[in-house]
Amino acid sequence: MAQIFPRWTNQTPRLITIGGLLGLAALIFAVYWWASPYHTDVGYQPKQPVAYSHALHAGELKMDCRYCHVNAERGASAGVPPTATCMNCHAQVKKGSEQLKPVYDSWLDGKGDKSIEWVRIHKLPDYAYFNHSAHVALGVGENRAAIGCETCHGRIDQMVVVRQDQPLSMAWCIDCHSNPGPNLRPTDAVTKMGWSADLDWQESQKRIALTLNPPGSLSGAQKFVDGQYKTYATAGCTGCHR
Amino acid sequence: MSTATNDVTLPDDIKLRGDVVLPDPVQGREALVRGPHDFHAVTEMVCKVNEAPLKATPKPFLFGLALAASGLAMFGGYIGYLLWEGPGIWGNNNPVGWAWDIVNFVFWVGIGHAGTLISAILYLFRQKWRTSINRYAEAMTIFAVIAASSCVALHTGRVWMDYYLFPIPNQMGLWPNFRSPLEWDVFAVNTYFLVSLLFWFTGLVPDFATLRDRATVRWRQVFYGALSLGWRGSMRHWQTYEKAYQILAAFSAPLVLSVHTIVSFDFAVSQLPGWHTTIFPPYFVAGAVFSGFAMVQTLMLPARHWLGLKDLVTAKHIENINKIILVTGSLVGYAYAMEFFVAAYSGNDYEGFTFLNRMGGPYWWAYWIMVSCNVITPQLFWFRKIRTSAAWSFGLAFFVNIGMWFERFVITVTSLHRDALVSSWDYFVPVTEVFYLVGTFGLFFTLFLLFVRFFPVIAMAEVKMVMPQADPHWEGYSHEGEHHAAPAAASGGHS
Repeated sequence: MAQIFPRWTNQTPRLITIGGLLGLAALIFAVYWWASPYHTDVGYQPKQPVAYSHALHAGELKMDCRYCHVNAERGASAGVPPTATCMNCHAQVKKGSEQLKPVYDSWLDGKGDKSIEWVRIHKLPDYAYFNHSAHVALGVGENRAAIGCETCHGRIDQMVVVRQDQPLSMAWCIDCHSNPGPNLRPTDAVTKMGWSADLDWQESQKRIALTLNPPGSLSGAQKFVDGQYKTYATAGCTGCHR
Repeated sequence: MSTATNDVTLPDDIKLRGDVVLPDPVQGREALVRGPHDFHAVTEMVCKVNEAPLKATPKPFLFGLALAASGLAMFGGYIGYLLWEGPGIWGNNNPVGWAWDIVNFVFWVGIGHAGTLISAILYLFRQKWRTSINRYAEAMTIFAVIAASSCVALHTGRVWMDYYLFPIPNQMGLWPNFRSPLEWDVFAVNTYFLVSLLFWFTGLVPDFATLRDRATVRWRQVFYGALSLGWRGSMRHWQTYEKAYQILAAFSAPLVLSVHTIVSFDFAVSQLPGWHTTIFPPYFVAGAVFSGFAMVQTLMLPARHWLGLKDLVTAKHIENINKIILVTGSLVGYAYAMEFFVAAYSGNDYEGFTFLNRMGGPYWWAYWIMVSCNVITPQLFWFRKIRTSAAWSFGLAFFVNIGMWFERFVITVTSLHRDALVSSWDYFVPVTEVFYLVGTFGLFFTLFLLFVRFFPVIAMAEVKMVMPQADPHWEGYSHEGEHHAAPAAASGGHS
């Protein structure tokens, strides 16, 4: 009887098996890698209504971050400035500039109730609770520390147009929450760009991290310790998904 | 060396069974294949089913397939409805969070176990009679696991998040909860499906090659040729095949025990009275084998009748299956009694209440359906006339199928519906779930009927190995015997 299949088909079972396994592994890797926020979110750089340069204001002119983002240390959200904040300076500075036209339009529309509509860059899903102030300053007394602006937002002082620097993925949150030490700095260095810990401060990081994540705190957001409820950095599921 | 047939002891009621059984002159017991068939006759009998031209497919078969396929189509629509509306289309209420979704899952997974027991454990124990029934028992296993998976994959609510079940690296840095028996279940059922599929396919390869070699149409040549993986039947092929088959049997054998053990952990690891019981693993395994063998009977009896396979699947097979149903049914009955004993002996009020509530509470009817189908029915198989009769076997197996579905209903729903907080007691009433169950049957039978039409339903190569002709000492039936001397078989020793 004539052969039904050509000779090369002898290899097909082997090829299908190997190809199937490799294909599955490749698919999982592809989704893990290219569908993660490292690729989908980092680098998000929308066009803002005003050609505002952080590199100029925060970098060259060394304005404090908190001049515009007034709620960064106090509020659940750091906030973006209204037109009035711009006008504090720009009522005098660069009055006739073409680039500032949207600011003046917003200011002079007659009623003063139409602020600039900045495009939000750092977004978290609704089901994740996040409080900005809790991250900017934490702990008490000698254990007080902060996470610097640049840790999450990158070198804002070098960005002409702001882009998302970190993925804001859950694994990214958890990486820091389970080992916060290396990201801690003195509270007076919160807005400092390009800061790095000296040897003394590296010791402090270890000490403070231990107060944020005492052994056994992994399982729960809040524990009744020493007569009061304490919230730990490793907050369990309910710390963020309340 | 010829063994005379008058040395062979045949059962006394051999005439009564209506079988003409030729004795196996070498083994000294009745032959497993009825009638004077040689190897070629076996091939013809089995291949006939698959080789009928597509247009000549029997009308009753097409009717059955149409019925099953419409059930499957309905299931597709039902799944769409479920995805659109969510599990709110079920009657699940506050204390009864698990109902038909889990009942159907456990029911189907349990059914699969008979196939694995037949194919693996009976193989390792050299039970030669298994060869006539293992192929479609294994097919039943695979299709039952598919039906079970369709239940468990759809009950999660947000079905599109089902990939959370698997430990896939992800941006959340999260893994499934490996301490949960529900996660063990994912691995148990997936392993089970994969090993069963490999085992089934390995056994099919030589038979696919037979169909390929006999094919007269191009598409059959290509179809069976691709499936038979270049099988030529050389000594080397057979040696590799036997090794692979034994290894897979060794893999499968522990799965008979482990899979339903882990399914029982879904209940037993929780702390609910009625679920939190150490007897659950063996009790579930016995129940699984029990329900599976009943399903084997349900599928096999019509198949051997309509496909003309009565010479290969004989009264002896029916009887052996019924014996296993009797054993496992008695084990299940013992487990029911033991649950009550432990509830009483523990002195625990909650445990005691749960079981009294099972027997006499609002779901008393479900409990007594379960007991009458599962405990009383199999006891009838003590009577030889009943356990060798196809009609009785079919009827009683049907009751066992019903009873085993109700067992899972009783365990799941009655344990939940009256929990520790009296104010939240509620009565579960199914809403659209009947379509869910019917849909899984549609899925199962569509696959099964397609299997019957296109795959060899009996392991031809294996059956030939257990025929007297395959024995090296075979020298033909003795002519002085009072039983039928078979000219066809007499010359068929090495054909």
